[in-house]
Amino acid sequence: MSHYRGMICENITLTGDGGTPITAYTAKPSGPGPFPGVVLVHHLPGWSEFYIETTRRFAHHGYMAICANLYERAGDGHPDDVAAKVRADGGIPDAQMVGDTEAAVKWMRAQPELNGKVALFGSCSGGRHAVIYASKRDDVDCCIDLWGGRVVMGPDELNDKTPVAPIDMTADLSCPLLGIFGNDDRAPSPEQVDQHEAELKKQSKSYEFYRYDDAGHGIFYWHRPLYRPEQAMDGWDKVFAFLAKHVGK
Amino acid sequence: MCTSIVEIAPAEGMAKRGDQWFALTHSVVAYDHARHAPLGDVITLDFINTELEPGARAAAELTLEAAKELRAALDRAIEAAEFEEAEVRGKSAVSAIHKAA
Repeated sequence: MSHYRGMICENITLTGDGGTPITAYTAKPSGPGPFPGVVLVHHLPGWSEFYIETTRRFAHHGYMAICANLYERAGDGHPDDVAAKVRADGGIPDAQMVGDTEAAVKWMRAQPELNGKVALFGSCSGGRHAVIYASKRDDVDCCIDLWGGRVVMGPDELNDKTPVAPIDMTADLSCPLLGIFGNDDRAPSPEQVDQHEAELKKQSKSYEFYRYDDAGHGIFYWHRPLYRPEQAMDGWDKVFAFLAKHVGK
Repeated sequence: MCTSIVEIAPAEGMAKRGDQWFALTHSVVAYDHARHAPLGDVITLDFINTELEPGARAAAELTLEAAKELRAALDRAIEAAEFEEAEVRGKSAVSAIHKAA
């Protein structure tokens, strides 16, 4: 067997929230499996190249992976422009994200190569969304939140699209949670990460939090000045160890 | 940063993308991590038309200092423009200009 695994990647159409067709990028490792699954929830910059690459990264490491375009309803275009349009519309509703992500999880669970286990992965707003999904549904086996902001929200941040702060859903969190954060981040701030951790302890939830010095937001984003190579390498090790523990490899 | 610092204002006017001009519906100001500028957190400006495709967008990512300079320049230009539009030039022009300066 070659060290470098082949994979099959393609765009598929899911039936998203409210019956809306949405596109999802999928990557399957070569071979018969069985493989664990990873469902990626993209970040605020949208269904970006980083997320498409990360989808393939998971396949390279032996996971089937899928990343749905949560911004599809804003129209077709460069991901930056689509994300700007979504921002101008006040973002996407949390409930719509849950419906779209549920479609991706169902697709994963329908794949004959799946080993029966599915992880959820998100960063930035996707980390927040992953925490919400894992609190609203019980069909994923673990959840990875990379520096998700606005898990802790003030009353002035709540609205029709984001009616409940994720931290207030902690009692319903249905699976183990991995959190990776930079101590120089301001959203989430270290104090907000502390609050989230305290709530997880209070609710007796299974979690692992790792916090890195000399790092802020977006530690893994190799194309941004926020990138921190040493912390990112260690963080990826934490991600794969967590996946191996909860969904296998 | 995953901020909720977003200000959305209605806009009437036009913006340019490439060699095309398009009508605007909104100006959007936010503070978040830069998508393209080699900077950390930035003030982002988007001039968009929500009725058109996502590419109908003129965008900028500015440092906080550059955004403050822009705000000051806008304030100065708007103040001067309001003076012009008030049609107060003439007998009160001298004192008003001195006041604006």
